[in-house]
Amino acid sequence: MREFLSQPWPWYVSGPLIGIMVPLLLIAGNKPFGISSSMRHICAMCIPVKIKFFDYDWKKESWSLIYVAGILLGGFLAGYIFKTPVNVQLAASATDDLYLLGLTDHSGLVPAEVFNLNALFTLKGFIMIVVGGFCVGFGTRYANGCTSGHSITGLSALSFSSLIATICFFAGGLFVSWFIIPLILAL
Amino acid sequence: MNLIRYFILGTFFGFALIKAEVISWFRIQEMFHFQSFHMYGIIGSAVVVGMISYAIIRKLKLKSLAGEEIIIKPKPYNKGTIIGGLIFGFGWAMTGACPGPMYALVGSGIIAMLGVVISAVFGTFIYGVLQDKLPH
Repeated sequence: MREFLSQPWPWYVSGPLIGIMVPLLLIAGNKPFGISSSMRHICAMCIPVKIKFFDYDWKKESWSLIYVAGILLGGFLAGYIFKTPVNVQLAASATDDLYLLGLTDHSGLVPAEVFNLNALFTLKGFIMIVVGGFCVGFGTRYANGCTSGHSITGLSALSFSSLIATICFFAGGLFVSWFIIPLILAL
Repeated sequence: MNLIRYFILGTFFGFALIKAEVISWFRIQEMFHFQSFHMYGIIGSAVVVGMISYAIIRKLKLKSLAGEEIIIKPKPYNKGTIIGGLIFGFGWAMTGACPGPMYALVGSGIIAMLGVVISAVFGTFIYGVLQDKLPH
């Protein structure tokens, strides 16, 4: 058991386990599987000024915040207690590309050269962490969902808007991954 | 309070995200460069499982534990779907994390990811402030 929990799972194990979240949350309480709305509830909970978008009873949505608390614990268990002892097994071509970008440490889940607290005070670290994070929060709310809400839940319900959203997520990611990240990391 | 069930499901989800490696910044770049099937296999099989189970729920008219009719409300389609979708895509590639993974990464002990979460919440706040002025 411990061995299974400490190793990375192949896509055909982990993909279905992620997909099964959709029916489990629906059965558990008619909740649509989606994570990004939790950030709206955090704003509604913390911000005292009256803004229409955050003026609702966030306590009715507290399940979403509790779900997020669970994700934090799951991340701690899987990434710390049952930490995978080996590096992510990337394709050889992907590893070559990382060296071309100047990233030599591939040991963690994120490139240590960019995602550390000191890097936050460098231009490239600031862009990757702060600007990137801003885009995630702003974009998901503007699009009304993220990878879980649109690409998994929405597509499961055969929703047209979710199909368009998924295509745009991917188009935006392709553009930045191919053309912008090399520029940022060269700063 | 019956909220504990969401905590358990969240823990399960966070665990699966890490073990799936979908939270790896390296995996995300590999996906955007079409160098591995891994991410496509995960997202594809997750959607297939979600789709089949939702179809079964609708076909058998299964109820939630509280006895409610189960329905996923379709999200509205507007300009935000496209513009917001592209902006999220930019952030997804830069941080290598969508909202679920960014929480899981913080949980796994990567403190810098807390910067991503705080920024993302700030981005959500700015959207709320500007909502009426943005094209939809």
